[in-house]
Amino acid sequence: MSADTLAKPDIVLTGRVVVGGVAEGEALVTRETISGWGGVHAMTGTIIESRHELKGQSFAGKILVFPGAKGSSGWSSIFHMARLAGVAPKAMLFNVTTTKVALGAVVMRVPSITDLDRDPLDLIETGDWVRVDGNAGRVEIWKASKT
Amino acid sequence: MVTLTREEQAMLDGEQGAAVAKAMELLIRYADALGAERFVETNNVAGVPGSAPPWLKNYYKDDGGDYRAVFSRFDLDADEVVDVPRMNAYSCHLQGGMDPELWAEQGMTQEAHDNFMSDERETAAHGIQILKTCTPYIAGNVPVMGEHCAWMESSAVVFCNSVIGGRTNCEGRESTSAAMLAKRIPDWGFHRDHYRLGQHSVKVEVPIEDVFDWGMLGYFVGDVVQDTIPVIAGSIAKPSLIRHKHFGAAAASSGGVEMYHMVGITPEASSVERAFGGAAKGETFVYDAAARKRIYETLNSVGQSEDVDYVMLGCPHYSIEQIAHAAHLIEGRNVHANSALWVFTSRAVKATADANGYTKTLQDAGAYLMTDTCSAISQAIPPGTKVAALDSAKQVHYLPAMMGIEGWYGTTGECIDAACTGKWKGRLQ
Repeated sequence: MSADTLAKPDIVLTGRVVVGGVAEGEALVTRETISGWGGVHAMTGTIIESRHELKGQSFAGKILVFPGAKGSSGWSSIFHMARLAGVAPKAMLFNVTTTKVALGAVVMRVPSITDLDRDPLDLIETGDWVRVDGNAGRVEIWKASKT
Repeated sequence: MVTLTREEQAMLDGEQGAAVAKAMELLIRYADALGAERFVETNNVAGVPGSAPPWLKNYYKDDGGDYRAVFSRFDLDADEVVDVPRMNAYSCHLQGGMDPELWAEQGMTQEAHDNFMSDERETAAHGIQILKTCTPYIAGNVPVMGEHCAWMESSAVVFCNSVIGGRTNCEGRESTSAAMLAKRIPDWGFHRDHYRLGQHSVKVEVPIEDVFDWGMLGYFVGDVVQDTIPVIAGSIAKPSLIRHKHFGAAAASSGGVEMYHMVGITPEASSVERAFGGAAKGETFVYDAAARKRIYETLNSVGQSEDVDYVMLGCPHYSIEQIAHAAHLIEGRNVHANSALWVFTSRAVKATADANGYTKTLQDAGAYLMTDTCSAISQAIPPGTKVAALDSAKQVHYLPAMMGIEGWYGTTGECIDAACTGKWKGRLQ
């Protein structure tokens, strides 16, 4: 996909840096908040919550785009363990800052941005190529389907 | 960027030792991630410091694989291993991995128990109170109104903020472990007045009388308001500790509710205006008979078979009032041969249950009163469990998904009947 990133991105967003660093990869997008403990299997990065639209899918190596965190205070521990297991997302974009997601991003040590100038859930779809520059607070998006 | 006081800068510079410096480093990263501008001092911290399953210790085997390695690398997320002194803040350990005596019944190995005991000795040696419960507020740690706390455990956090008027965000393991050393937590969220105001209204139009109904209302509220602050008014009657406990735990599970107001009931909601900091705002959600039925069906959507082989009570950990109630319901009866009944509480509450004879009543019926943990935390269920019955909306939210089993939600009475007959007969009255 690196050739694609030489092309001009289809969309550029800016936001507030949560954790610095730069990463790019394929987006995994959900409009549903994510539970850490009890909602994610830390060893595989798979969503396990009953009735979650991503149930059975893993965020390992993806750019995770989601509204925010919910549920148990074990959120950061689960994502921290996912990092140790090598199945953390490459970067995170989210809309609502909570202590759970902020601490989780810190201990996962992945570039993370929030408070974007437009809603990433409206603009990014699963499969899009996304580059997260957590130093500049900049998100570049290459759409998978150019419609 | 967070601004440090002179004392905080000195801590970062190592004046109080390497562990406190590492704790400050993590807390600064965390404060910056939140966008916090300063720290508040806290002297009431509840977390799960240093406790680790063998695989985590093994992960850090090159660093010695011990408590010190886990605390440095995982709890403080530090890039080097430091000596960990006695904690500086008043600190307590929340729920743990197994019952200290009934661990074999829970299916734990001798090796896992040895690891558990080793962690517990370290916890005590570091001056951390061994409360081993998700309900510290009924086991020896009751904050007061306005007290800045740093607590984990979503059900305890929502209770602290809403029912007591204490001030805590839903902290995580790493932030609480760091706060135990540095006595600091970011001044963000629920530590600040304006953040504690209501955002949406919930109008309750059906009577909410018992724990069963308070749990369903909580599940509804979390589902509709997600992680915002609801102001609940209407036919909520006769609040009590256990009703708030089940309401808050459910709301924190289905959404991310960390604080709620109940008009005329909770301390920061003497009126609608006080709860919202002015006129009511946001959306209004109505909990009526149709919503109640929908929530009941949602909670029971992972139940198919009526053959119940496991009943778990005590999520959040049962209070002595609830243990007395369960003992009364089962006295003179027996747990069915095809079923099992495990009741979970804290060590402090169990001491009272022992004194009152409730532990023996449960034992005589073939049930266990267990401490420290629950089936979701320990991932321990009786061998061969396929269908569980639960009186906790929170537990039915988590346990079936985690263990790949079916689950029913009902009243405590229905659950105990299921344990004694092996059959689920619950229905919405």
